[in-house]
Amino acid sequence: MTARRGLVLDVDRTTPPIVFHHGEGFRFEKLPTGSRVVYPNEPIEPIEDVDSAIRHALANPLGDSPPLEALLTPGMKLTIAFDDISLPLPQMQAPDIRGRIIEQVLDVAAACGVDDVHLIAALALHRRMTEAELRHAVGDRVYDAFAPTGQLYNFDAEDPEGLTHMGETDHGEEVVISKRAVESDLIVYVNINLVSMDGGHKSVATGLSGYAALRHHHNVQTMRRSKSFMDQEKSELHTKNWRQGRLIRDAGVKIFQIETTLNNDTFPSPWDFLQKREWEMTGKDRVMLLGTKKVLDKIPRRSARSIFQGIRSPFGLTSIQAGEVEAVHEVTTANVYKQHLVRVEGQTDILSMGLPYLGPYNVNSIMNPVLVACLGLGYFFNLYKGKPLVREGGVVIMSHPTPWEFHPVHHPSYIDFFEEVLADSTDPEKIEQKYEKRYAEDEWYRHLYRTSYAYHGVHPFYMWYWCSHALEHVGQVIVVGGDQRAVKRMGFRSATTMRDALEMATDVVGRDPTLTHIHNPPVLMADVV
Amino acid sequence: MTDPNRRPAISHLTDRRAKASLSRVVRKVEFPLKSAETPDGQIPLPANTGANYETDWARRYASRVTRRIALSTVGKAVIQYYASPTIRGLDRLHDLDGPAIFASNHQSHADTLVLLTSIPAPWRHKACVGAAADYFFGNRTTAAISALFIGAIPIERTSINRNTIGKAVALLRGGWSMVIYPEGGRSPDGWGQEFRPGAAFLAKQAGVPVVPVHIRGTFDILRKGHNWPKRSKAIVNFGRPLEFAEEDNNRRFTRKLQAAVESLADETATGNWFAARQRAHAEDSPGLQGPDTSTWRRRWSLTENGDDQGGSHRRWPYV
Repeated sequence: MTARRGLVLDVDRTTPPIVFHHGEGFRFEKLPTGSRVVYPNEPIEPIEDVDSAIRHALANPLGDSPPLEALLTPGMKLTIAFDDISLPLPQMQAPDIRGRIIEQVLDVAAACGVDDVHLIAALALHRRMTEAELRHAVGDRVYDAFAPTGQLYNFDAEDPEGLTHMGETDHGEEVVISKRAVESDLIVYVNINLVSMDGGHKSVATGLSGYAALRHHHNVQTMRRSKSFMDQEKSELHTKNWRQGRLIRDAGVKIFQIETTLNNDTFPSPWDFLQKREWEMTGKDRVMLLGTKKVLDKIPRRSARSIFQGIRSPFGLTSIQAGEVEAVHEVTTANVYKQHLVRVEGQTDILSMGLPYLGPYNVNSIMNPVLVACLGLGYFFNLYKGKPLVREGGVVIMSHPTPWEFHPVHHPSYIDFFEEVLADSTDPEKIEQKYEKRYAEDEWYRHLYRTSYAYHGVHPFYMWYWCSHALEHVGQVIVVGGDQRAVKRMGFRSATTMRDALEMATDVVGRDPTLTHIHNPPVLMADVV
Repeated sequence: MTDPNRRPAISHLTDRRAKASLSRVVRKVEFPLKSAETPDGQIPLPANTGANYETDWARRYASRVTRRIALSTVGKAVIQYYASPTIRGLDRLHDLDGPAIFASNHQSHADTLVLLTSIPAPWRHKACVGAAADYFFGNRTTAAISALFIGAIPIERTSINRNTIGKAVALLRGGWSMVIYPEGGRSPDGWGQEFRPGAAFLAKQAGVPVVPVHIRGTFDILRKGHNWPKRSKAIVNFGRPLEFAEEDNNRRFTRKLQAAVESLADETATGNWFAARQRAHAEDSPGLQGPDTSTWRRRWSLTENGDDQGGSHRRWPYV
C-alpha cells in the first residue's frame, strides 16, 4: 500500500480533541472551529534489502566519483567520519544504519588491503558520545575492532594539535577541520539526513570543525538571513557551509559522501498511536493513549524521562546515495522532501505546536528551557519552505512543561547561560556581542567538553541564535503548561491552558485570528504557498 | 555320585547374583511381550528407525508447544548453567526473511541446545535439526526424544538417501528453518572438520539462504566420548546469510560457507572483526581444522589458541 500524503484538516465541530506532545506527556486540546491542523505524510515504504542497497550505492556513485573500491589502495590513509548522537531522533532500533554502512565500507577496505583506518564521530561542538552510544551507532564488531587501539574516537574541536587551518573563503570565512581528515587520502562521511538541513558540505565543514570556523555561520546575522535554514535555496547557513566545503574540496581533500534518508516511522509499538490521526486510532490505541497519559502524569518526571529516552525508532531506509558531495546531496534533499513536505495554503496568525520530549541536543539527557525554545522556535518554526507558516507579527504557541532543570554533565554552560546571560538580556545580538567570546573560550567549559560529556561552552548561544529568525519574525511567544519562571526568563509568556493562550494571543493578532497547528512529530515540513 | 543324565543347572536360576539381574529377566521376555525376530530368508519390513523414522508428528501443534515450553524453560536453564552463551552478530540477520539453514561448526552435543536457544524468533519457533540417522534415530526411544525435544529429523551421513534429503527440502520449502552441521559429526579433538556439501545441496534445492554460525567453547561441555557435561563459557557468532548464487555449485558454495565460518571463528578468537575480514579477503583466515601434526600437538595448539575454556584450570592438555 502506498503511503498517504499528509493533510491539512479544517477543524469543525465534529473534530476530536487534538493530541499535543507535551514533553514527557501529552495534552488533548479542542481547537476552535476554523483552525487548521497539518498532519505529516505517512511513512514511505522502506527499502527491503538494505545491504544490497548499500552495496549498490558504494559501487555506483553519483557525480564524478569513482566507485569506493577504486578509491581504496593498500598503504593509504582512510578516515571514516559519521554523524553523532544528535541523529536520528529518536535513536533508531539496532542495527543503526551508520553501523551497517560503515561495516560494508570497512569490508571493501579490508578487501583492498587498507590498514590505516580511523573512525571519527563528527560531533563538532556537541558532547562526546559514550561507549554505549558509539557501540549503538557503529555496532559492536566495529567498536571492538577499532576503539581499543584508539582508531575510533570522538572528534575534539579544542585539540590544537588535531586541527588544520586550511585558509579562508573569498568571504573571509575561516576553514578549520580535523588534521587527520586533511592528511587522509580519503574521507568517507556517513550521514543520516533526517531533515533537509543535514548533510552536503555541512558534514565535513561543520562536523569535523571547531569554533574558529563555526562562528562564521553560527551567528545571529546568518540565522536571520536563513529563511529558512531548512530550505537550502534560501539558507545563508547553507551558502556559507557550501563556501567552506568547496574550499576543502579545492584544497585536494577527497571526500566520498554517503547520505541516507529515513522514513517517518518514528514510534515503535506500543507508542505507534503517536503517529496516527486521532480519528483513525483504534480502541486499543485510545486505551494506550489514555492509560499512558494517566501513568505519565502520575510518575516522577525522572521516570517518565527514562521511559521516553528508551524509545528506539523503527525508521526504515528510503534511500542511500554515495559519491561526490554536491551530486549526492541534491538527490538526498529531493528524497527528504518527498517524505516531509506537506503543502499548506497561506500563512496563519497563530501557529501552535506540541513539543515532544526530544530534540537533537538532549538525547539521553534533559530538555532544559533553552533547548525547549530551540526546538520550537529553531527547528519547528524553521520547518518551512517558501514562507513561514505564521505571518510576520503573529504568535507562536508552544506546549511543553519547560522545567527549570538542566543536565549538570551534558549542559554545564547552559546553566550559566540561563542564570547569567538570559537574566541580563534575551536579545540575541546583544548576547552575541557581550557574552559569546567569554563562554566560547572559557577554560573550564573547554576542559569539560574535552574530557567529560559536556556540550561546548558556546553551544547554548548557538541554540539561542537558532531562535533568532523566529524571535524577529513573530510578535509573541506563549508557552502552555510551562514553568512560569523559566518561561518568563526567556522573555516568553506563560499560559495554563490553550484557551488562555489563545485569549492572550488576541492581544497581538486581533479578535478573530486564524490558527494552524502542526502535528509534529513525525517530522513534517510545511511547503507554504 | 553324580547322575550323568542330570541336565546342567540353568546358571541364571542357580547363580544368586544372576537371579537379581533385571537385564537377564528382560532378556528372557519373549514374544508376544517383545517383537519377534525376522526368520532367516524373510525380508524384514522397513523399520521405523534410522533414516526411515517418521517425524511428522513432532511438527504438529501439540509437539511444537511442548518443544517450545521445554526449550524455553529446562533447555534454556541447562544451557545457561553449562554454557552461559554470549550471542553475537544477530544484527546480521536483520534483513533475513523466511526460512533459512543455520550451518554451524560442531564440537559437542551441547551445540544443538545452544543453537536452539540462541537463534532468534521467529526462526527458533519453526526450526528442525538435521541429526545423524544412525546415531539419534538408532532406536525408537532416542528417536522420539530427539524428534520431540529438539525437532530432529534424520539425515543419512554415510550415504545419500533421497528420502531424507527430500523430506528436508520439503520442510525448508514449507517454511521450516533447519540447523545443520556440515562437518557431519562432532569434532573428535576440538578442531573442526572439512565441510560436506549437504547444506549447499539443501540451499540450492530449497532456494533458501544459509546462515553461517560459529560456536566456540562447547567442546568441553560434552565432547565426543564423554557422557557427563562440564561447564564452559560459549560464544555463538551469527554471520551474514549466504545465498546460493547462479555461478555457484555445491563445492564452491561449501567452500564459501566454510570460509564464512572460519572468518567468524577468527573474529571471535581475536575480537577484531576488521582484521578478520582482512584475512578473509586475503584467504588467510586460520582454518577450522588446525595444524596437520600429531594428536597431542593439535590439542596443545588448541589450548594455546584459548579454545580450551574448561571450567577447571588444567595446565596439561587432554590427550
